[in-house]
Amino acid sequence: MALDVPASASGAKPPANGADGGVHEGFGLARPVADASPMAAEAAGFTQREARGHKVTRVVSPTISVPQRLREIWLSRELLVYLVRTEIKVKYKNSVLGLVWSMIAPAMTLAIYFIVFQFIAKNGIPHFVIFLFSGLLLWNLFQVGVQTATGVVVNNSAIVKKVSFPREILALASIGSAGVFFFFQAIVMVIFLFAFHSAPAWGYLPLLPLALLAALVLASGLAILLSAVNVYLRDTQHLIEVVMTAWFWACPIVYSFQSQVALRLSKHGVTWLYFLNPMTPLVLSFQRVLYGKVTVTSTVAPHLVVAELPPHSLAWYAGLDVGVLAAGLVVVYLGLVVFGRLEGNFAEEL
Amino acid sequence: MSEVAVDVKDISKRFRLAQGKYNSLKERVIHGMRTPSEEFWALNKVSLQVREGETVGILGRNGSGKSTLLKCICGVLQPTSGEVVVRGKLAGLLELGAGFQQDLTGRENIYLNGSLLGMSKKEVDKVFDAIVDFSELEEFIDGQVKFYSSGMYVRLGFAVAVNVDPDILVIDEVLAVGDERFQRKCIDRVKSFQREGRTILLVTHSPDQVRSICDRAVVLSHGDVVIEALPGEAVRIFREGLLEEEGTLLVPLPDEEPEPRSSVTTPPGPDVEHPVRITYIAHTYPRFEEVAYMSTGDTLTIGVGYHASIATNDVVFSLELRDSDGNCFMRTATDILDLRFDLPVGPGLVNFFLDDIPLLDGSFTYSVGVLSPGGVLYDWRDSAGSFEVMCPGKATGFITMPVRASLLPPEPEAIAQMAPEELAHLESQG
Repeated sequence: MALDVPASASGAKPPANGADGGVHEGFGLARPVADASPMAAEAAGFTQREARGHKVTRVVSPTISVPQRLREIWLSRELLVYLVRTEIKVKYKNSVLGLVWSMIAPAMTLAIYFIVFQFIAKNGIPHFVIFLFSGLLLWNLFQVGVQTATGVVVNNSAIVKKVSFPREILALASIGSAGVFFFFQAIVMVIFLFAFHSAPAWGYLPLLPLALLAALVLASGLAILLSAVNVYLRDTQHLIEVVMTAWFWACPIVYSFQSQVALRLSKHGVTWLYFLNPMTPLVLSFQRVLYGKVTVTSTVAPHLVVAELPPHSLAWYAGLDVGVLAAGLVVVYLGLVVFGRLEGNFAEEL
Repeated sequence: MSEVAVDVKDISKRFRLAQGKYNSLKERVIHGMRTPSEEFWALNKVSLQVREGETVGILGRNGSGKSTLLKCICGVLQPTSGEVVVRGKLAGLLELGAGFQQDLTGRENIYLNGSLLGMSKKEVDKVFDAIVDFSELEEFIDGQVKFYSSGMYVRLGFAVAVNVDPDILVIDEVLAVGDERFQRKCIDRVKSFQREGRTILLVTHSPDQVRSICDRAVVLSHGDVVIEALPGEAVRIFREGLLEEEGTLLVPLPDEEPEPRSSVTTPPGPDVEHPVRITYIAHTYPRFEEVAYMSTGDTLTIGVGYHASIATNDVVFSLELRDSDGNCFMRTATDILDLRFDLPVGPGLVNFFLDDIPLLDGSFTYSVGVLSPGGVLYDWRDSAGSFEVMCPGKATGFITMPVRASLLPPEPEAIAQMAPEELAHLESQG
């Protein structure tokens, strides 16, 4: 058999080809490369080898800009989808009920709060299950996402230490898998709405994707930030659990903002303080759409008509959500900067 | 010259050697947020260019920075300064094995690894069978990776790396594991990659592998590139470095060598028992002035200076060559060569010419003797001198011999079953 020497020896060299300069972005040139010879392609058994003209150039350097990072994440979106699947698979590997667990936990929370606030410490909110679930739905996405993301780089050390890929993807995959659980829970929510004959506020429907997007962006930013920090400070993982519990109660999920908090806060003129919590507007938006009722007749005192939600326009809600979205983008930027700084030594620290 | 596939530009990598890592907040607070650390430069402004289709070996002792260099090239670690530009798809096997998620099965890990390397599911589908075939893990492919033995783990890792169609393959000492048969299979695959014009970077502890596979080799020591040279020479320097106790690798400069290389002086004077004494011994070969080693195929000349205190007839000079373990592998003498030397009183010189040295790499010594035809020893110099041989070619082993090989024409029945294009190919070859 004839020797299939790389065809490059026979020439076909691009005209201006500095060895040092121009290599960075010099890919994508449709020119024959070393092994584009039919012989080599045949030997390799791949047809796509002929398409070798497009070689991806990767730069490993301590200074990679945030736009560049975003670009790389975008290029790896297929990997993201795969990692989301993998994460869900790994999470419920070796468990009999598997994915069902992703429903059992929130169902339990829902049941507990429902029993406590409907029968023991009555809060008088009618259709309380719907009210509770509207907020809980979004909160679960946020909490589960951020919490699993915090440990994700450490937990995937086997991969991080061996393969190069935009590691931010790991954090995003945690948010993604939380998104999958969100989707399942959202289906249950729809069933609940039918079961309880509770109509959502159709006019406010645009708030749903907006608030969801804001929550995802904010969660992603925190996820990227915390997953990197956790590699160096493993306390982060435990700290975040505590913080999340407090954060949960700082959101109007099991209680109503309008009827139970608003008055007291406005008396001292500190309502704005409550709205520093970026999750508050998002939870309120979800409740505004899914719970749908601003003023209701209290189940505790039937002669009272109370406002459970801020009686504001769609624009008011949307404005707040956009504000959170903007803040979320800032957190994402910060997260990427911090991640970029810390990423360089992951393989050594893990 | 083809294009640069891996361009390592002046990279340095600093590690902080923590005296115990403080990973928890409490520990950090106790120690004033500061980890007691020593700075340690694993790489010092290392530059290296690997062209497309080249196979480059990296040699170095433990802690010389070779794994760090490879990790930086793979992008798993970021250098502290400098940058690495990698052109093409890179698949790496770092420190025994690819990145496998312990809880996933072999099958799922193949897909995971494929997508980490930027392949779509369809692309992985295409090579999946080849991977399983190569790894020989058919029965275990649906078992979780955490139950794999280390050999299975490495096999799967290697199978994935070579089957995902990389432009650049980076292998870190991985060829050293697995049974011998699998090792050979891996090396065969590496060689077929070479034929296909792919780029290979190899870290290994086996100088033989470097010599037989690589086009070029780099020796690292304490984060510095000591030498970038042909495999033979790099291996020699690496070996010399290993011998150095202190760790600083000194490349001996030819002009530092004393000339003649070894000398033994004996005051001349009449001596009945030892009528002929050896006064000095020296050797030379082409390019003796320039390099500290000779190449396979060169002529080695060993000169034996003597002083005859009494005129002596029929003096025999003998020569022995030994390898580094002291085994004599060649002995000859002037009487065997049908030479007769009648020496008058006074000094003189006898030269042995060893044409076309068939030795491959190594360090060798020689011993010289002067004796009577009856075997009475007049003088003897054990391990009087030594010389180094370096093989510029790819042959490994101890010596080289002229070898030919040919492909026999196939049997008539086989020709009858051949495909038309195969026949055409055969005919074109005559």
